[in-house]
Amino acid sequence: MPSYIDGSTAIVLGALDAGCDFFAGYPITPASPILMALMRDLPRSGGVAVQGEDEIASIGMCIGASLAGARAMTATSGPGISLYSENLGLAVMGEVPLVVIDVQRLGPATGGATTVAQGDVQFVRWGTSGGYPIIALAPSTIAECYTLTMRAFDLAERFRCPVFVLTDKDLNLTMGTADVGAFPPAEVRARAVEEAPDAMYRYEPSDETTPMVRYGTGRPVRFTGSTHDEHAFITKDPARVGALNRHLIDKIEEHRDEIEMVDADLQDGAATLVVSYGSTAAVMRTAVRRARAAGAPVSMATVHSLWPVPETALVEAMAGVERVVVAELNPGLYAREIERIAAGREVRRLTRIDGEMLAPEEFQEALA
Amino acid sequence: MTAVTITPLGSYRNERPYPFCPGCGHGPILDALDRALALRGAPADRVVVVSDIGCSGLSDQYFATSAFHGLHGRSITYATGIKLADPTLEVVVIMGDGGTGIGGAHLINAARRNVGITVLVMNNLNFGMTGGQHSTTTPEGAITSTTPGGNLERPLDICGTAAVNGAALAYRCTSFDDDLGERIAEAMAHPGFAVLDVWELCSAYYVRSNRFSRKGMEQTMEELGLRRGYAARRDVREFSAAYREAAAADAAGPVRPGDIPRTHRSGLDGRRTVVLAGAAGGRVLSAARAAARAAIASGLYAAQRDDYPVTVKTGHSVASLVVDPHPIDDVSARPDVVALLAPEGAARAARDAARLGPGGLLVAVPGLDPPPHAGRTVVLDTDAAGMRLAKADLALAATAAIAALESLFPLEALRDAVAGGPKGAERMVEVVGAGEAMAAAAGG
Ligand SMILES: Cc1ncc(C[n+]2csc(CCOP(=O)(O)OP(=O)(O)O)c2C)c(N)n1
Ligand code: SF4
Repeated sequence: MPSYIDGSTAIVLGALDAGCDFFAGYPITPASPILMALMRDLPRSGGVAVQGEDEIASIGMCIGASLAGARAMTATSGPGISLYSENLGLAVMGEVPLVVIDVQRLGPATGGATTVAQGDVQFVRWGTSGGYPIIALAPSTIAECYTLTMRAFDLAERFRCPVFVLTDKDLNLTMGTADVGAFPPAEVRARAVEEAPDAMYRYEPSDETTPMVRYGTGRPVRFTGSTHDEHAFITKDPARVGALNRHLIDKIEEHRDEIEMVDADLQDGAATLVVSYGSTAAVMRTAVRRARAAGAPVSMATVHSLWPVPETALVEAMAGVERVVVAELNPGLYAREIERIAAGREVRRLTRIDGEMLAPEEFQEALA
Repeated sequence: MTAVTITPLGSYRNERPYPFCPGCGHGPILDALDRALALRGAPADRVVVVSDIGCSGLSDQYFATSAFHGLHGRSITYATGIKLADPTLEVVVIMGDGGTGIGGAHLINAARRNVGITVLVMNNLNFGMTGGQHSTTTPEGAITSTTPGGNLERPLDICGTAAVNGAALAYRCTSFDDDLGERIAEAMAHPGFAVLDVWELCSAYYVRSNRFSRKGMEQTMEELGLRRGYAARRDVREFSAAYREAAAADAAGPVRPGDIPRTHRSGLDGRRTVVLAGAAGGRVLSAARAAARAAIASGLYAAQRDDYPVTVKTGHSVASLVVDPHPIDDVSARPDVVALLAPEGAARAARDAARLGPGGLLVAVPGLDPPPHAGRTVVLDTDAAGMRLAKADLALAATAAIAALESLFPLEALRDAVAGGPKGAERMVEVVGAGEAMAAAAGG
C-alpha cells in the first residue's frame, strides 16, 4: 500500500531493516532528519543512537561500536565529511565495517545548507590521506535509498571498510509516493567472525577480507590505525607495510564485479549516452523519455555504485555511442572518470553550480 | 610449621619491553595500570586498552588485553562507542596531555555524559613524541621547543574541567605514587566517567629544558594550585545503563510510515504541478502534504519539494506539489498552477508564475498583485468563503479551491486527509469547504 515519505525515511527504514544497531551523528541540514529518526527509533529496537559533540566524536563512536560488534552508521553533509576525514582513514586502515550517509548540499564551506548539489562525488573518494579505495553508492529514487542503504551495510561487512551512501538534499527531502512494503530488500550478510583466529589481520592472499573478532569474545582483539603486522602491532618493515597496503587496495579492486551497479537503459542506434546519478539522474530519465518520444534514440546509464567506478558496465553502455553526456550538480567532477574510460569519445559536461536542479530541457540544449 | 602460599596477582602485560626513554614516566604508569587490571581481575579479552597518539599512544602494545590504537585526541570517542555498544567491557583510555588538548571537547563532553570509561592522562607537560613542544598543560614560564622564551599560556586544569562538568571521578596524582594501581582500580570500579591526571617526567625534553625533577613537579603543582587528590568523586548514573533503562521503558518499536488506503477516485488525465507560495506560519507545507495524501487516496501519485529559508519561522514557505496518474520520477516539471498566498511567497514564486503556459492558472489571495503571465488568473473571493479565514487557513483553502478548479481529486478525499490530522481537524474540514465555495464563486 502506498505511503508518502522522503528519501531520509527510506534510508532510516533501510538501515533498520539491515540490522543497524548503532548510530552517532551531529545535526546538519539536510542530513538531520536521519539523526532525529534514529534517535527516536534505535532505542526502541534495542540499539543505541547518540548525538555526538561534533562529527569527529560521532564517527569515532561508530568505529568503536563497530569493533564491539555493532552495525554502525553515521550521517552528515559535506562540512561533516570534512571533519570525518581523518577517521575515515582510520576505518580504512583498521578495516572497520561502517556505513556513512552523505546528504550533499552546496559547497564549498557552509555553502547552501538547503541547496541541492553533488559536489562531494570526488571528495568522498579522496577525502582521507593515502588515496586507498573506498566504496560509494548513489541511489536516485526513494526506493533505491532503502535498497542501497541495505546494500551498503552488506558491502561494509563483505569488505570490512567504510561504505558511503551519497545522496543529496533533493533526494532526501523531496516527498514521494512509495510502497514501502514493496521496496526490494538487499541481502545483508552476517558479520564474518572467527572463533580462534591466528591473526587479527591477514594480507595473503592480498584480495581476501579477513573475518573479524569482536571485543570480549574469548580472545584479546587488537586494532590500530598505524601501519601494522597481522597482530596489529606497529611495524615499519617494508615487506609487511607493503603487504598491508596492497591488501587494502586488492580486497576492493580485485572484487569490483561484486560492487558494480549501473542501471543501464540502452537503445539500439543511440548516438548519445547520458550518465548521471542521484536526483539528477531522475531528471535525466525524464529528458531521455522526452527525447525518445520525439524519435531520437538515446541511452541512459544511472550509476548506483560511484566508487569504484563501474568501468565494465559503463564501457559496455558506451559501445556504439559517439558522445557521452555526464549530468551532475558540480563543476563536472564525475565526468573526469567518464573521460578516462571514454576511449576518445566526446564527453560533454551538463552541470549546474547555482544551487538549482537541472531541467530536462537543458539536456536538449546540451545536445544542440 | 604451616606453609604459606602466596598467589601473585596475574599480569596483563605481554613480554614486550617498554620502548620509552630511561626515566620516562610512562613505564611506571603502565605498571600501575597492570596492577589495577590484576586487582580488577577481568578476563584479558574483556579489557580494552584504548590508546591515543604520541609516546603514550604506544602503550597498548605492552598489554595482553584487547586494544584500540586510534587517532590523536580521539581515544575518548572510540572508548565511548565501545562501551555503549557493549557495556560489559572494561574500557581504559591512555592519552597524553597532547591528546587531552586536541581532544578537549571530548573530555568535557565525556565528563557531562558519564559513560563508564576510565581515562589515564600521562601528563608530562609537553609533547614527547614530536620533540618537546608545549601542550595545553605546560606551566606558565616553562621552556619548550615552541616556547623558547617561556610559555605565556596558562595551563589547563584537567581535573577541575572534568569535575565542573560532572565527571563521576577526577583525581590528580603522579607517576611516583605507590598507590597508583589501587587508585586506577578504584576509578575503574566507580560508575560513570573517571579521569586520572597523572603528572610525570618526560626525561628527553621537559626535564632537560626546565631542569625539572620529581621535586620540581611537586613544587609546580603546589604553585599552580593544581593539588593532588580528588577533584570529584560522586555518585552518578552511568550513561549506557541509564540509556538502556530509558529504552526498555519505551517498547513502542520503530515508527513505520502510515499506509494510505485508496478510498476515492480521480479522473485526472495527466501530470499537474501546483506551486503553493506563502509565508512561514501559513501552514503551506502541511496543506501540500494533505493534498498529496488526498491525491494518493484517490489513486494518484504525489510528490512534493519544499523550499524555505533555514530560519523556518520567517520568510517564504513554498511547496511544489506534483500529482500524476502515473509514477513520478522527478518533480522538475514546469508549473501548471501557481498560488500566491503571501508577499514572501509571491516574491519567491515570481519565476514560477512567469513560466505558466496559456493553459496555466494563477491563483492569488486578495491584495496581492498578480504578476504578468500567460495563463488565467483567479483572485480568490474570500467573501464567498462562508467563514472568516485566518492567515493560517489560506493555504488549505486555496489548495481546496485549486483541487476543485482543476479537478485534481474529489474534495472529500482532502476532507478525509485533514480530518485524520493531529490538531484542529474540525476547523480544517470547514476550511476545505471554504475553498470549495471560493472555487464555485470563481466559476469552477
Ligand atoms: C591530527 C594529528 N596532528 C598531529 C599529530 C602529530 N603528533 C604525534 S604525537 C603528538 C603529540 C603527542 O604528545 P602527547 O599527547 O603529550 O604524548 P607524549 O608523546 O608526550 O606521550 C603529535 C602532535 C598527529 N599524529 N595527528
Ligand atoms: S620522549 Fe618523553 S614521553 Fe617520549 S618516551 Fe621519551 S621521555 Fe617518554
